[in-house]
Amino acid sequence: MKGSVIKYERNDIDTDVILPGPYLKIHDYKELAKHAMEGLDKDFHSKVKEGDFIVAGHNFGCGSSREHAPIALSYSGIKAVLALSFARIFYRNAVDGAFLLPIEIDEDAYKDISQGDVLEIETVKNEIKNLTKNKTYPMKPFPELIGKIVAAGGLFNYKP
Amino acid sequence: MGMNITEKILARASGKTSLAPDDVVFVNVDKVMVHDVSGPGVIAVFEKLKKQGMKIEKLWDPSKVWVAEDHFVPSADKISAQNIVLLTNFTKQFGIQKHFKYGMGQYGICHTLSHEEAMVLPGEVYVGGDSHTNTTGALGAFAAGLGHTDVAYVLLKGKIWFKVPSALYFKLNGKLPSHVMAKDFILKIIGDIGNDGAAYKTMQFGGSGISEMSVEERLTLTNMTTEAGAKSGIIEPDQKLRDYLAARGATKYNEVHGDQDARYEKIYEYEASELEPTVAKPFSPENISAARDLSSIELDKAYIGSCTGAKLEDLRAVASILKGRQVKIRTEILPAAISIFKKAMDEGLLKIFMDAGVVVGPPTCGACCGAHMGVLAKDEVCISTTNRNFPGRMGHIESKTYLASPLVAAASAVTGKITDPRDLK
Ligand code: SF4
Repeated sequence: MKGSVIKYERNDIDTDVILPGPYLKIHDYKELAKHAMEGLDKDFHSKVKEGDFIVAGHNFGCGSSREHAPIALSYSGIKAVLALSFARIFYRNAVDGAFLLPIEIDEDAYKDISQGDVLEIETVKNEIKNLTKNKTYPMKPFPELIGKIVAAGGLFNYKP
Repeated sequence: MGMNITEKILARASGKTSLAPDDVVFVNVDKVMVHDVSGPGVIAVFEKLKKQGMKIEKLWDPSKVWVAEDHFVPSADKISAQNIVLLTNFTKQFGIQKHFKYGMGQYGICHTLSHEEAMVLPGEVYVGGDSHTNTTGALGAFAAGLGHTDVAYVLLKGKIWFKVPSALYFKLNGKLPSHVMAKDFILKIIGDIGNDGAAYKTMQFGGSGISEMSVEERLTLTNMTTEAGAKSGIIEPDQKLRDYLAARGATKYNEVHGDQDARYEKIYEYEASELEPTVAKPFSPENISAARDLSSIELDKAYIGSCTGAKLEDLRAVASILKGRQVKIRTEILPAAISIFKKAMDEGLLKIFMDAGVVVGPPTCGACCGAHMGVLAKDEVCISTTNRNFPGRMGHIESKTYLASPLVAAASAVTGKITDPRDLK
């Protein structure tokens, strides 16, 4: 998986900014994508490209349980969010719905990765390659069950 | 080492004799809830699955499913009206009996109905399509919020995976002073441990201060465990809870209690006498101050509503301040369920509110999530009994919300500035 980085150097990026409350009544996924990140970055929709990654700080996706948040990002083209940590409901929504990969990175990687860097994520090796900077960072491996759900392509495809 | 209440409930529900933190298990679910946002979200997941070739003819057990209409009611616009129709067709199609329709008998905010109607009982595993599902843990149940795909999975299979959370135990010693409410206590805790201080964990409350506390006040504590990132909040059943449930017709259930030597990752102790009226400043629930230190903050509006701060006792607290006084800023009071609205009417609270100049509205999530019914304009400053004050949560991205107890919100409504109820003349 290869893509370029949209970085937000912030903790606690909550679901109210990822997909603001008034749009909760919308369940058309493409329509939701138009409002992704609207509470934080008005230009997101115009700059995001298919296959991009978001890089952010701690507690990404905190707040409400709205699955609209990973859906809006996913239908915007985001394939993975790399963060120092995730809020639990965002994390499980992303994995169980197979919308995007929530990947935990360490402080060094977080500091080193810059806006626009091109990354290659190799989940099998638990590695992230920064092709722009020619560096490699570790990613936190998925817990066993999560890894199986990811591999199956979501909770409904997973056979316990 | 023994198990705490959460581990025991999850062990029972997964058919295990013992569980420890970080074990991942599929648990059988006892109750599941969706509302007018998550319901249509789940329906969208069903549609997606059907397109992928899955046959969906019936739910695992419609008698264990219940539905609320609360976020965008009374319908805020055409899309929300359509969502209610969608939800209604869904419950009809799958034979779900417990649908609290807006404007038909009992209705209100989902988490409020969970306890007002005793929809969830001690010892049960309860999941809901809403992040504040944690609220209901005050009834001695494991209660956690899930997204649409997960709820869809529960509706079809009756089970879901959980990682067993480690437990943080918050012990409250002594009875809260009369000017301090559960809201002040939970804001203080979130201020201490932070927005993600309990991420992936459960927050359990106990001690003499909790035994002294009413069930409604306990629900304020568990409600805001979500703001500390917790998976769930929980309080062990006691006689107060049994009486509360019995008054709502529920007497048969299997209580679960933690072992004497139960494990907790950490125990925090608080002295009730040292707590004081506390406010969370914009833009985060962890950003707390003593109400007294904010007495220069000028307000445009007070909002008394939501599953956190519009239960009957919250309204009584507000009335104790507003009685014989006038509000100086726009103030909206929206009781959290129509049953509470009626009790407030019978007790004369609504008259006190209206005499004070307040607008009393119907039960709805309304402006709590910035949906409708009183959202904030640019630069407006609001004091609110709700649970979140992220940017744009209650309206414009540049509006500001201060989170406070019903007592502080009411005292502030009277003066137009943030006010400690002790300082009200
Ligand atoms: S009142 Fe607010 S916090 Fe409670 S369920 Fe509604 S939107 Fe969520």
